[in-house]
Amino acid sequence: MARFIVRRMASAILLLFAVSIVVFAIFEVIPSYNPARAIAGRNATPTTVAEVSHKFGFDKPVYVQYANTMELIFTGQVIDYNDNLNVDSQFAQRFPVTVSLVVPAALIWLVASVVLGSISALRVGGLADRGLMVAAILGVSIPVFLLAAVLLYLFAFKLPWFPNTGYVPLPDNPAQWAYHLFLPWISIAILSIGFYSRVLRSNLLDMVGEDFVRTARAKGLTQRQVFTRHVLRNSLMPIVTMFGLDFAVLLGGAALVTETVFNLPGIGQYEAQAIGNLDVPPILVGAMFTAFFVVLFGAFSDIVYALLDPRIRLTG
Amino acid sequence: MIPDPLSRTDRGQAEAVTGVASGGDDAATRLLLTPGERAADPWAEGHHPPAIGPWKLAARRLRRNYVAQGFLVLFLVMVVACLLAPLYASHIAHIGPNTNNVTGTINIGGKTTDVVSPDGVPIGPTFSSRYFFGADSNGRDLAVRLLYGGRTSLLIGGIATLIIIVFGALAGLLTGYFRGVADMILRPLMELIWSFPVVILGVALGTALALGGIGPVKGNSLYIPALIIGVVFIPYLGKPIRGEVLRLREQDFVQAARVQGMGSWRIMLSEILPNLASMITVFVPMMLAYSILLEAYLSFLGAGVQAPNASWGTLISDGLAYIQTTPTFCLVPGAMLVLTVLSINVVGDGIRDALDPRAQVRVRT
Repeated sequence: MARFIVRRMASAILLLFAVSIVVFAIFEVIPSYNPARAIAGRNATPTTVAEVSHKFGFDKPVYVQYANTMELIFTGQVIDYNDNLNVDSQFAQRFPVTVSLVVPAALIWLVASVVLGSISALRVGGLADRGLMVAAILGVSIPVFLLAAVLLYLFAFKLPWFPNTGYVPLPDNPAQWAYHLFLPWISIAILSIGFYSRVLRSNLLDMVGEDFVRTARAKGLTQRQVFTRHVLRNSLMPIVTMFGLDFAVLLGGAALVTETVFNLPGIGQYEAQAIGNLDVPPILVGAMFTAFFVVLFGAFSDIVYALLDPRIRLTG
Repeated sequence: MIPDPLSRTDRGQAEAVTGVASGGDDAATRLLLTPGERAADPWAEGHHPPAIGPWKLAARRLRRNYVAQGFLVLFLVMVVACLLAPLYASHIAHIGPNTNNVTGTINIGGKTTDVVSPDGVPIGPTFSSRYFFGADSNGRDLAVRLLYGGRTSLLIGGIATLIIIVFGALAGLLTGYFRGVADMILRPLMELIWSFPVVILGVALGTALALGGIGPVKGNSLYIPALIIGVVFIPYLGKPIRGEVLRLREQDFVQAARVQGMGSWRIMLSEILPNLASMITVFVPMMLAYSILLEAYLSFLGAGVQAPNASWGTLISDGLAYIQTTPTFCLVPGAMLVLTVLSINVVGDGIRDALDPRAQVRVRT
């Protein structure tokens, strides 16, 4: 088991290294993009551009630039081009906002999916089942930012039930915190519920025919015990894997659009502004930040899987 | 009823399995006959009904899927409307998609109104020939921009899908068939792209390329987002194709072709590719829907279509600032986007259920 974990972590680190090179390459190696000119401004003279280029080290060989950039990022000294803010401290400062957005949203969607998925599997063809079918296909057809905009319009402006903007830190006032974040939570959660509950439903239906379910019934468990202890528990595994990756993406990235629409001062908003200003360092750090979580959760779910299912250790 | 994407007991799957496996020559296929055909049941006289190929069977199933057909019509209406954008602009609205009119006025029911009010709020829907859906903040006709934006979104989606299908299939074939060197080069590349969330990679590429363009292609060209979306999604087709090719290349008919002396390329093209056709067909609408959505995400964030061009994503993004005062500015392009993507998804689900109910793909945005 220890060997498996070490091997999996080693490949995760390798992947992360590759990701950082790719992100760096996208910005630094693509021909005709000159970061010095972007910093120096539109009307800069060639001498100014050369000075800026020298100051930021863009005239050095690519591998030196890569090493320098990584050093700046990991020592917390990287500065964005537009406002001269420290990118790392911006991320640290904004991280709690993004976590407040993403974690409860993920909980809502996970709990709702398990409940609705179970109901639709227990009553195939029932109202919940058919409703979720429609919800699943709608969920993959609506972009998050549009749903967020619609909810914002309906429940903050048309019906002034919720505030349209602002963020209240959790320690300051938990009720206001939840009140301000309710619409963003719903817009993130609702689109995934359809798909997740459909996946759970099909897992549940697959599981019903398994031998261990018959054994559980044969030893006299009630229908409810069979369902919760055996069928549901075994059906949750694929959901957990999917969830791990989706959650990682949310944490680093998909909050991008939701935070923009609801004007929440999180990482996503910072990154979205950087994209609008073509400000490279925050985009670079943001992309690596997200990739870090994706790789981490990927490795983590593999390890959890291997812990639970010894067969994987041999083949993986 | 929208086809069930995941059910294992779906009738569509049962039909697909039996139909494809036996060439349609069994009891399950008989259920698919129209009442007229069944009345003249050839089995009654001990004959076999004519064998039905998988494609015919799929077409027959699609013909009974009225929901998918309805949404197909909706999609085609959208496409035709967007293609007719220049006609609408020149003959009905009398204004181009990029013509500013900030200081202009418009006559509604005998009353003269500013197109954009002095404090910068654009006019809402007039439901007349000019400014049918209102204006944007520059006084441009939203309906005209909506149709032109649709052309952009559909064009980018179409080109991206083409790139995904051609290069995804090629990458899958090469890595699956040759393994070895091709696998060593292409597979880590695909894994690397795949390990990025699509929006993050798309945004990184989009911002970098929008600044400088690539070679002769300018930064604000529509081909840049199309190319980016295509590249980002290649592994989503390439990986499943590779898996299928790995399975197919060990099959007897491939061995037979090899023994007959066929070359690798001929085996790939004439033996393996036809067996991938239904899988690829299933992916076409799926990838089209995902490409259009990703374009909207990128454009919303400013990393996709660049000004002055419009797409549904940029329009939604522009309209967001006025959601309180002129909600139609944001919601009408949003509705167009959702209706289009939804219709592609429903039709795609119909095609999948008809052809290959096991195919499943989902993209982490």
